[in-house]
Amino acid sequence: MNLLSIALRNLRYRKLASSLTALSMALGVALVVLVLTISGVIEKSLERTSNVGYNLIVGAKGSPLQLVFNTVFFLSQPIENVPYSYYMEYLPADGRLKEHARIGGELKEPQRPGLYSFLMQGGFAIPVCMGDYVGEFRCVATTPDYFGLLKHGDLNDREYKFSGGRNFVDYSEENGYFEAVVGSQVAQSMGLKLGDEIFASHGTESGETHGQGFRVVGILEPTGSPNDRGAFVNIEGFYLLEGHVAPDRDEDSGLEKQGTAQAPERSGALSKVRLPIEKREVTAILLKPNGFAAMSMEKQINKTKFAQAVSPIGQIEGLLGVFVRPLRWALLALTSLVVLVSAISILVSIYNSMNDRKKDIAVMRALGASRDHITAIILLESLLIAIAGGLVGWLVGHALGPLSNAWTMPTTGVKIDWLAVQSSWELWIVPGLVLLGTLAGAIPAMVAYRTPVAKNL
Amino acid sequence: MSQTSGQALLSIRDLKKQYDQPGGGELTILDIPALEVGAGEQVVLRGESGSGKTTLLHVISGIVPADSGSIRLEGVELMGFSEAKRDRIRAVKMGYVFQTFNLLPAFTALENVRLGMSFARLSGTSGSGDIERAAELLDRVGLGDRMHYLPSQLSVGQQQRVAVARALVNRPILLLADEPTANVDPSNQDRIIELIATQCRQENVAMLLVTHSDAVASRFDRIEQLSQINRAGK
Repeated sequence: MNLLSIALRNLRYRKLASSLTALSMALGVALVVLVLTISGVIEKSLERTSNVGYNLIVGAKGSPLQLVFNTVFFLSQPIENVPYSYYMEYLPADGRLKEHARIGGELKEPQRPGLYSFLMQGGFAIPVCMGDYVGEFRCVATTPDYFGLLKHGDLNDREYKFSGGRNFVDYSEENGYFEAVVGSQVAQSMGLKLGDEIFASHGTESGETHGQGFRVVGILEPTGSPNDRGAFVNIEGFYLLEGHVAPDRDEDSGLEKQGTAQAPERSGALSKVRLPIEKREVTAILLKPNGFAAMSMEKQINKTKFAQAVSPIGQIEGLLGVFVRPLRWALLALTSLVVLVSAISILVSIYNSMNDRKKDIAVMRALGASRDHITAIILLESLLIAIAGGLVGWLVGHALGPLSNAWTMPTTGVKIDWLAVQSSWELWIVPGLVLLGTLAGAIPAMVAYRTPVAKNL
Repeated sequence: MSQTSGQALLSIRDLKKQYDQPGGGELTILDIPALEVGAGEQVVLRGESGSGKTTLLHVISGIVPADSGSIRLEGVELMGFSEAKRDRIRAVKMGYVFQTFNLLPAFTALENVRLGMSFARLSGTSGSGDIERAAELLDRVGLGDRMHYLPSQLSVGQQQRVAVARALVNRPILLLADEPTANVDPSNQDRIIELIATQCRQENVAMLLVTHSDAVASRFDRIEQLSQINRAGK
């Protein structure tokens, strides 16, 4: 028998006290791991999804974070809209001309390049309209470029793929402007399949449903991004729905002119009539300028009165720095206190047992055990409780992450894989447990060290 | 370390041990001018309660240090050894049978016997170290079928037999037995004494047994009266 097996045997003899003490340590460590995992998931998810394949989001003046949350994460509510003609300021001259020819309507100087087109340097701009829901999920009205030009993944190098069907098109003979692509979670949650029709509700989840539906022509493969929770519809069809027509506004006051927001085409889904440019608005414009123009473009846009440009990565970093990371530290401090209390309970448990064990210690000493042997046995007992409890806590902490997927994935779009999110702080858990176990065992070990043999035999 | 001139395995000269008294002053417990035990010899020290029997065994085994005098084991002077050295000597060279058996309740009979071996091995000395030796001794004391029993599952007599096996497991040269039958019922006393004596003979282990019982003492050839060899309290 070695010291370890002697320590193990002693723990088994006091198995109730030992296992309860280990359990408290397990609970503490599980909480630490959970905090690290959850904050790691949040951080990683935010960082990954903020790397969305475009550099800037342009929208109406308001909260930059709200614009990012609404556009990237499909959370929060949209800010005001900006005119479609404003979106066209990011297009080159030929792009504006093509858009004008395709859509029709009033546009000043369609032949000139857009005001910001020189900064785009051949990049792209994608319009997005939001505010409607399909069931509990966000309805995102956009152009086919959303899945044609944007990419996803950690390295932002993966093209969007469809587990079934295809991308929606600007106009098709069978569905007109009313085609849709749904994210994997939307399809799964709503039981949607290709050919089904989805109906957007206006403004809120429980709002009135539009009479005109969109035919599901594509179901996205899971991406692990918020897009899994989006119902993407053709922006052309979206504009034709009731309530999506921009009202005329008084040029001086900016107030809406009554009765000017009527949808021109509410029937005849296959009609080729489009909402004219002057009647269109967009919630956000996704910009990816080529080269290094994003920074100067952001500054220039933000100088204007009614639009703002925000960098998703910058906003997320700000959010992480101001909110997520400090919160993580606060939670870590709290859970570390739980671990500390558990360590104290180890100390109390072993210390309380010392009175009963004085005779055993004296006998071992009489059998030839040195003071160092006895000290080592007590320290080993403390370490074993701390490490065993800690390892159980570590496993439980990591197991709870994947187990919570059923609850967290639908709302966050983030999947927690077993051990997928590991913080470098976890490397400190084992040394930390060894340190705590040693400290917790130190006082009882000292008592054991000083136990007089002759007096206790 | 120096060698004795004689053949004694254990040789004690002018051994003194005093304890502080609660009211002040010192109480001399041991004052033994001379005591020798030969190799393989079986010696009984008979003395009344409080005569210093247990203290003498504690001092010889190094559990408590003597104040002065000389204790030589195989010619090696033990006085002045550090506590760690005394622990090593005790683990390897001596076996100890306690009055109250002192089996560890968390360990089975076999594990209790092996514990003695473990500390000898951990002390960096050879120690016989194998499980067969422990099992063989338990078999010899009649507990071959109770090896995996906890002390609480054994009778008083069986517990003392485990204690005897534990004391002999490291093939000591000296067995110290402190009133080994004091807590055993009369019907088992003879068996325990016979067992200790027989096993010591078989293993060629010298034995120093202390007892207050004339009946126990009468079973051995050499009986020393502690009151005669210990000048303390006279």
